[in-house]
Amino acid sequence: MSRAATPVTADAISARDPVLDRKPESRVWKKFRSHRSAMLGGVLVAFFVGMAILAPVLPIPDPAATDWGAVRQAPSAAHWLGTDEIGRDVLSRMIWGAQASLLAGVVSVLIAVALGVPFGIVAGYFGGWTDAVISRCTEALLAAPFLILAIALAAFLGPSLTNAMIAIGISATPLFIRLTRGQVLSVAAEDYVDGARAIGLPTRKILTRYILPNILPPVLVQATLTIATAIIAEASLSFLGLGQQPPAPSWGSMLNTAKNFLNQAPWMALWPGVAIFLVVLGFNLLGDGLRDALDPREQ
Amino acid sequence: MLSFILRRILIAIPTILLISVFVFSLQKLLPGDPVLAMAGEERDPEVIAFLREKYRLNDPIPVQYAHWVGNAVRGDLGMSLRTNQPVLELIGEKLPVTIQLATMAMIFAMGIGIPAGILSAVRKGTVTDYVANVVALSGLSIPNFWLGIMLILLVSVKWQLLPASGYVPFADDPWRSVQVMLMPAFVLGTALAATLMRHTRSAMLTVLTSDYVRTARAKGLSERRVILKHAFRNALTPIVTLSALLFGELIAGAVLTEQIFTIPGFGKLVVDAVFNRDYAVVQGIVLVTAVGFIVMNLLADVAYVLLNPRLRSQT
Amino acid sequence: MTLRHMTLAAALLGATALGAQAQDLRIGLESDPDVLDPDQSRTFVGRIVYTALCDKLVDVTPDLKIVPQLATEWSFSDDNTSITMKLREGVTFHDGTPFDAEAVARNIDRSLTLEESRRKSELASVAGTEVLGDHEIRIDLKEPDATVLAQLADRAGMMVSPDAAEAAGADFGANPVCSGPFKFKERVAQDRIVLEKFDDYWNADEIALDSVTYLPITDTTVRLANLQSGDIDIANRVAATDLKQLEGSDSIDIEQAVSLGYQGITFNVGNGDKGDNPWGNDARLRRALSLAIGRDIINQVVFDGNFRPGNQPFPDTSPWYDADYPLPERDVEAARALLEEAGYGDGVALEVQVPNRPENLQLMQVIQSMASEAGIDVSLTSKEFATMLNDQTAGDFTASQVGWSGRIDPDGNIHQFVTTGAGLNDAGYSNEEVDRLLNEARTLADEGERKALYDQARAILQEEAPIVYLYHDTWITGLDKSVEGFVPYPDGMIRLEGVTLNAD
Repeated sequence: MSRAATPVTADAISARDPVLDRKPESRVWKKFRSHRSAMLGGVLVAFFVGMAILAPVLPIPDPAATDWGAVRQAPSAAHWLGTDEIGRDVLSRMIWGAQASLLAGVVSVLIAVALGVPFGIVAGYFGGWTDAVISRCTEALLAAPFLILAIALAAFLGPSLTNAMIAIGISATPLFIRLTRGQVLSVAAEDYVDGARAIGLPTRKILTRYILPNILPPVLVQATLTIATAIIAEASLSFLGLGQQPPAPSWGSMLNTAKNFLNQAPWMALWPGVAIFLVVLGFNLLGDGLRDALDPREQ
Repeated sequence: MLSFILRRILIAIPTILLISVFVFSLQKLLPGDPVLAMAGEERDPEVIAFLREKYRLNDPIPVQYAHWVGNAVRGDLGMSLRTNQPVLELIGEKLPVTIQLATMAMIFAMGIGIPAGILSAVRKGTVTDYVANVVALSGLSIPNFWLGIMLILLVSVKWQLLPASGYVPFADDPWRSVQVMLMPAFVLGTALAATLMRHTRSAMLTVLTSDYVRTARAKGLSERRVILKHAFRNALTPIVTLSALLFGELIAGAVLTEQIFTIPGFGKLVVDAVFNRDYAVVQGIVLVTAVGFIVMNLLADVAYVLLNPRLRSQT
Repeated sequence: MTLRHMTLAAALLGATALGAQAQDLRIGLESDPDVLDPDQSRTFVGRIVYTALCDKLVDVTPDLKIVPQLATEWSFSDDNTSITMKLREGVTFHDGTPFDAEAVARNIDRSLTLEESRRKSELASVAGTEVLGDHEIRIDLKEPDATVLAQLADRAGMMVSPDAAEAAGADFGANPVCSGPFKFKERVAQDRIVLEKFDDYWNADEIALDSVTYLPITDTTVRLANLQSGDIDIANRVAATDLKQLEGSDSIDIEQAVSLGYQGITFNVGNGDKGDNPWGNDARLRRALSLAIGRDIINQVVFDGNFRPGNQPFPDTSPWYDADYPLPERDVEAARALLEEAGYGDGVALEVQVPNRPENLQLMQVIQSMASEAGIDVSLTSKEFATMLNDQTAGDFTASQVGWSGRIDPDGNIHQFVTTGAGLNDAGYSNEEVDRLLNEARTLADEGERKALYDQARAILQEEAPIVYLYHDTWITGLDKSVEGFVPYPDGMIRLEGVTLNAD
């Protein structure tokens, strides 16, 4: 699991003073554009997003259309990537499967961000007992292995794509609480925040004007990287039968079925795996590029 | 220093208590009546009622929790509902398996990740760096379970080079034991190698720009000597600390790998237990893993402070 | 010297040379058995281990005739309310305790009274026992029950050492002591169960193996790969779809037997409020679904034609199969007509719960696609097996794709599923006539008379269709060429009498 990827350090970005650094966006964009691997990641992600969006209009067979006369057929002109265990077109299911994977990745991370960032801000900014309670809960959740937590939650909620997304989202939440809390702590200690407090700016304004803009970049980076993790997690859950349910296609559930036919129909197992790999690689490259672009230390 | 350690331990206690609450609620959350699963096709109401009583499922939930925690503190994690084995014994049986797997994966990861990281840092910005980075990210991006399936398909089914599954205790037959674990350790190690490579690279970059490396270079030492002797040695501290932490991750990461290769370790035990609704086992394993993870963190923190005199004075 | 003699001589030479070589058989099972106590266990794979570990009072032949094992002869009383058994002499348990009538009495008592016992329903008709001599015992029944003998051919008839069982109580499974050809050596959960030859076995001449190791290997592909690489000698339950590639293999043999069980769709016809729906209330809908399903097509698509399509609780290989009602042809038109008649000419929706395992999902997706051609819109709700079982028992379902591993006696495949209030009657089905027929069938010893009653019950059940039967598994066992003497049984057990390993 890529959860152990280079942590986004608190000190990396927090030093930025919005007043001194006049046009950070254009600088960031320039750095990002020149970042070759990030662009590669962007292209990969764009490709799969395009695939997912265009699935309904592409000239491909119905992903649920069965053909009992053509079960587990090797790739041919009629079925470029072959057919599956009940005669459905593997290419078509791959393309439609992109929807499930991307949706799972993005939605579960949105859940994690929506839950994690507010909790993190509250813990970091207000401190005291609130912080102690939130922090202990976060630590406790982080101590339980991510995938085991997700499996248990998915089993509790019942097998479905929505439930898998919720399970992954909740499991990833502590990551964002911890990150946000750390960011808030370091930003809140900055002089300009002290100054704002001194001139009596209300808490809400301090939070929206100074704190939030400063914690968003690292959250964005972490979110991009977590999408990669979440996509693998969804595939893992589907592989264990806890994700997307048939006849709707998803890469993980395609692999779950395919592993029973490794001998007779290896193509069934090959392509969904390649697709997962490429889209996850895309998000990882993209996240890395974003981090470098947003990190003032890297020149 | 002592007060720092004491404080860390004191903080860990409520966390562990919270974990025990989470872990316990797992049983209440999971759907499916455990007693029904235990009874199998026997639906005699008397038997069902007896089992409910025996596993204290009729008690109020707080009482059940108090009972469970009370026993857990005394080292009794209950019995597996499926095999009637004490959970602690099961864990003791499975832990060495997963530790062997994790150790082998770690060796793989370090063997690949650290040299690649050094190379990448020394040649920063070159094609080598770029390629190493993409390869590392690829390692992070490959789904473990898929890599496992593909290896079984090629190495075991097609070429018949290595066994597809199983486990031989190291003490019984070391060579065979290592052989059987080669593929799973590789699968588990790939993602870790990537992480290690990236950390080594970043640690090395920091050190390479530091004053004493510059001084060493100025003294006219060979570049090889500068990198391996001065730079790497200094970069090693954070890498080792991180590796210790990653080891915990590794044990958690073993979940799917063990499932694919049918390795009778920790991960397989817990997944099977979730599916069989063997609550005592699920609770026991998650609790032990979580506590282990916290202890690892604690040790890493302490080690970090010990290794950094600057931090020591602050605490 | 002819070639044949030469081979024989070589074999004899080999035998002496290899005399010291251990005959250690390794068997790959599809899952890890549960607790190894015959009175407490509930898994199918557990029964496979018992076949080597624990002898039973009686056993069955491949064509399901009941034959002596620890009981040498038996007879029912005239009114079928008691069985008198003569027991084998010279049998000892693995701990050296002699086997006698007293031991049988204590075993039956344990099955009936141990609080954790899962055998209570199976022996519900047993009132008690009477020791008639050292090796003679009478089992008294509360009512006439012909099925009890078949129960004694399974876990309820397994004899454990009474003293050891008493001492260990509910923990007996940690170190089981029986009287089978092999004794318990060690178990590492999820890894292996090792049994070693019991030298004082009464039938030791038939046992050539020194030890047998059961290895749970869940994944079918991995299990087969282990067989192909020689890491195991027997792979239980090879996937039907893997057979084609094994044809003509020079290292692997395949043995097959049609199982005793079935797979089907159970409808909720009266289990709680959820039974009150069109599918639960109108048998025509259920019959329409049955007509829309092409059982041969399922067998071809999902199992490469290797399983047995079915329409009754028993496969057509069973003597209890009613040959007057052979497998129906798929008839989409007739299905549509039935729906029309029931007032659903525009189509009808059906939610089926299904275990989240690839095979079951594949099966139901094929059915989904077939049913849609008849105007039945099947939606699948996949659940983990534990959850599904729970919902099924609680009546929280409309239809459920579920099966049964099967029992030797026909009663075990039908009575507890469709008689009013029976333990496994999750359909909530109730029909006085069916109850009467099936209850009476239990009491008869004559097979012809019994079958007539089952046929009558079948006619009603076919009409009302609380369970739509789909197919019967075939036990497919993969054997390394070195394994000889293996005989496949419909009960799916691996019997080790006469099995040898030939080094080659």
